Amino acid sequence: MSTPPASPANSGQTDAASRGLTIQFNEVEKRYGMRLALRGVTLGIAAGECVALVGHNGSGKTTLLKITAQLTQPSRGKIAFHAEGNPLSLEEVKSHVGMVGHHTLLYEELTAEENLIFFAKLFGLADPAEKAREALAPVGLSGRATDVVRTFSRGMRQRLSIARALLASPGLLLLDEAGTGLDPEGQHWLGTTIARLHDSGCTILMSTHGRNETQSAVTRAIRLDGGKITHDSGAGGNAREVLVMAAVRDGGEAGAS
Amino acid sequence: MTLARATGVILAKELRTEFRSRELLGTTIVFVLIVIVLFSFTFNPTSSESRRFGPGLLWLAFLFAGSLMLQSSFLREQTNDTLAALRLAPIDPFSILAGKMAANFLFLILVEVMLLPVFAVLYNVAIFPVLPQLLLVLALGTIGLAATGTVFSAVAAQARLRELLLPLLLLPVLAPVLIASTEATIGVLRDPPELSLVWLTFLACFDVVFLTAAWMVGEYLLEE
Repeated sequence: MSTPPASPANSGQTDAASRGLTIQFNEVEKRYGMRLALRGVTLGIAAGECVALVGHNGSGKTTLLKITAQLTQPSRGKIAFHAEGNPLSLEEVKSHVGMVGHHTLLYEELTAEENLIFFAKLFGLADPAEKAREALAPVGLSGRATDVVRTFSRGMRQRLSIARALLASPGLLLLDEAGTGLDPEGQHWLGTTIARLHDSGCTILMSTHGRNETQSAVTRAIRLDGGKITHDSGAGGNAREVLVMAAVRDGGEAGAS
Repeated sequence: MTLARATGVILAKELRTEFRSRELLGTTIVFVLIVIVLFSFTFNPTSSESRRFGPGLLWLAFLFAGSLMLQSSFLREQTNDTLAALRLAPIDPFSILAGKMAANFLFLILVEVMLLPVFAVLYNVAIFPVLPQLLLVLALGTIGLAATGTVFSAVAAQARLRELLLPLLLLPVLAPVLIASTEATIGVLRDPPELSLVWLTFLACFDVVFLTAAWMVGEYLLEE
């Protein structure tokens, strides 16, 4: 039986990276056949920012996240990463990135613990078994550590997927509608986890629909339409205004504050 | 993380998932056993007839086994987009291919070794006196089969009509491996046995060339 996720205060999870990554997109374009998914996106994200990407389905949010994670290459333009002012090679960046995608990125035939140990090994972490145990506790899955993932509910899979993304204490966390499948308690836990990671200096880039608790730590909101940035609250701007506007346009929870 | 270590981690994961479900191995073993048994009824399996037809039938059965096994090698990574999770890891992209190639090689060799005694009995072929030579031919041929199959499985998994695409891509490329393996096996089962260095060298060269090509283009093969 799974236990509810622990609150961040007593979660015991390792702190996120104390330094976030800086990202610079220059005229980034992505083409899938004849369709342009991103149209000349130029964008700078400072270390430690918590940025929400909003927009309709097909607006380019996921493509931008995939390019940031280097899961796909831009058709044109460049993307550069810096850590503490030092440029990082694209190979080096992978060690600093955690991602929660549309899919859970988990092996159904493996147990929760085996999944995390496998990914901890791939990230070259010391003592993968201990890391896996540490990562399972805050997501409330310690009691289900030895159960295979295919027996998990959607919400439990999503929590395990988040634990996987946080295994290596990333300096850049990419969340693609990470609240999907989580119940209100899970959404609250994710919101506080994001806030804690943001407080520790981790750069966060998340795509989101509507208004929900995962947006509580957002410091900047960017709206994409047809692969172009149409609104950017800026680092010191009113992110909430863009989020509410997006929620109204997308038919989300317009009344939420 | 070194290429060898990442390959080992991925190989261990492949073995664990397969031996937990046994879906692929179980189905493949049953399928190739049926093929070998059915073929044994098509001609009088005297020793001389078997030496003529046996090696070809044997490698045809291995090809069927490979087609069944290799198809799912990358398809199973699509269930939860776990291929993306592998590509997010700070490892050499070739280690993903290499881990899967190694796993496919071990699965195929296991099926082949289980099939050999059945072949020997049904086709009246004395394989045990020439077992080391036969295993050498099997190993070289299976490396080629696993390497090409894994690479094309990665390509086909990202395409529409993927179930049709893999055999279409695989069979023309595998033809030289199958011919060389069959010829080498004919030599080993001949009376007196003869290990053809020409065919063995051909198989070894094919394996080296294909593995090198996979190492060079591995990153692009796995990209969306």
